[in-house]
Amino acid sequence: MDISALHQTSEDQWMLRATGKMRVPVIFYADRTLLQGMDEKVREQATNVATLPGIVQASYVMPDGHWGYGFPIGGVAAFDANEGGVVSAGGVGFDISCGVRCLLTGLQTDDIEPVKEQLADALFRHIPAGVGSTGHLHLDEAEMSAMLLGGARWAVDRGWGSREDLERIEEHGCMRGAEPKHVSQKARDRQRDEMGTLGSGNHYLEVQRVAEIFAPGVASELSIAEGDVVVAIHCGSRGLGHQIGTEYLREMAITSEEHGIELPDRELACAPLRSEVGRRYLGAMRAGINCALANRQIITHLTRQVFSGLLPKAELPLLYDVSHNTCKEEEHVVDGMRRRLFVHRKGATRAFGPGHPELPEQLRTIGQPVLIGGSMGTESWVLVGTAGGMALSFGSACHGAGRRMSRHRAKKQWRGNKVIQNLGHRGIIVRSVSMRGVAEEAPGAYKDVRAVVDSADRAGLARKVARLEPMVCIKG
Amino acid sequence: MTSRPQPCWEHFAHDADIGVRGRGQSLDIAFEQAALGLTALVTDPSLVRSDERVEISCEAPTLDVLLVDWLNALIYEMTTRSMLFGRFRVKIDRLTLSALAQGEPVDRRRHEPAVEPKGATFTELRVSHDDEGQWIAQCVVDV
Repeated sequence: MDISALHQTSEDQWMLRATGKMRVPVIFYADRTLLQGMDEKVREQATNVATLPGIVQASYVMPDGHWGYGFPIGGVAAFDANEGGVVSAGGVGFDISCGVRCLLTGLQTDDIEPVKEQLADALFRHIPAGVGSTGHLHLDEAEMSAMLLGGARWAVDRGWGSREDLERIEEHGCMRGAEPKHVSQKARDRQRDEMGTLGSGNHYLEVQRVAEIFAPGVASELSIAEGDVVVAIHCGSRGLGHQIGTEYLREMAITSEEHGIELPDRELACAPLRSEVGRRYLGAMRAGINCALANRQIITHLTRQVFSGLLPKAELPLLYDVSHNTCKEEEHVVDGMRRRLFVHRKGATRAFGPGHPELPEQLRTIGQPVLIGGSMGTESWVLVGTAGGMALSFGSACHGAGRRMSRHRAKKQWRGNKVIQNLGHRGIIVRSVSMRGVAEEAPGAYKDVRAVVDSADRAGLARKVARLEPMVCIKG
Repeated sequence: MTSRPQPCWEHFAHDADIGVRGRGQSLDIAFEQAALGLTALVTDPSLVRSDERVEISCEAPTLDVLLVDWLNALIYEMTTRSMLFGRFRVKIDRLTLSALAQGEPVDRRRHEPAVEPKGATFTELRVSHDDEGQWIAQCVVDV
């Protein structure tokens, strides 16, 4: 990306001043190298977002920003309904509430090493992953609606988890304001056999070891120490969320002119928050969030079953569950005034700082855990939100490494079996139904997650707590 | 005499996802080729047997939205039937598309499906003629 027009305000903060139709500036959080590595499209998309009605303060790009759909991935923007603000289906994305959750195990690496292969096989057998896989659970219409209303709470009510889990999930496991009636039959059809499935692409379940601790006090509060084993689950709202995204993106693209919204690019499709389609989308999208929360809760239950069979002394309480692709109504202080805003986070993690009332009591002094997924050969991270981050980015941080190379190029460059072999030499076991899928997700296809996390930390968006390394990876 | 360009599909790069592009002497063929490009995101289309037939129809306010609708209709059929399609017959009359897709249930061993398409998008969406009079139908697909 050409950065000559940007004004650098600190090592990891850059501003593009509002010009032309931009209502607010664009603020990039990234160091020079990360910024220069971003596609030109990121600047174009973030600039387009800055032109939308009702946008507040700035259009933000996180350190892992890359080219998305209308909004950049790694994009954050807040809108005020009282000022004609909008909601954008592209600004949430197709995989509504795709996210990461991290489970503690109470185990050490030494406990896992002797049974690592068996554990990988058992997880791969028990947890449906990849194209053509179906879940163990098939929902009728009434149960589908109950799930869309209840989220992870619905799953826990049916025995797939505990009440304690819910405290460790954004929205306490249940997104308020979901309206299942605005979720189409087609979206429901796509979800019928997909509850409790990982999906494909960059989705995974990993057994990881805590390799390094950066903030011992916070790590201790989170019950993680070097050498501990944790489990990370990365997946989203599956076919239901994809179909909601598809349908509302189309409807908003076709109807935005009727709402008097001048779009610099049709893919920026959006609708006023107070319009009929805007309200319907919010109801459907919140139901999609609940679907993702329920899905990750069911996969958690399946993971616990596998561990209890192989490693009976393991207990797998939830450390935290974060969502990446959402639009949430939140209260923020802007220029000293409290305002209710609709914050879009597209490929960005909510990162509320210490003291935020949304956080459960156990986490209120340290801030919200921010779980950053890396690639299967590198590392993942645990960070926590900061007090300063609330003003910097509406309490938001990065979500992952971001791709360095397209799937197209990756599949030409690597062979899946060779990638698995190389990772095997480093003690990382990969199980996947698709060698081509593994090639497309090869570690080299991703940016350096450490550079992304360091930049987020330096910028003050979130604070580094622990670095995690993969031991077993189940790829979708 | 110069030979006429052959119908074909190809993929093009997008940061996180991937674009599909179909080319052909007619709009119908360009849409058929784009559909083959969609299948090729998941598996080699030549591995897909034509055992079952599914009829698909859709209509849209513009030709480019029709392409998005067509690919999304295929994604819906692929996911709800757990099928892959390797042959297509498309007929477009103004802004209405009727099509026959032939394929078979996903065989995870034989097809080794790489990714599941989530949705066809308005990104890099284009349905147009090129300089040689060939139709091009393309968009990015979220995978």
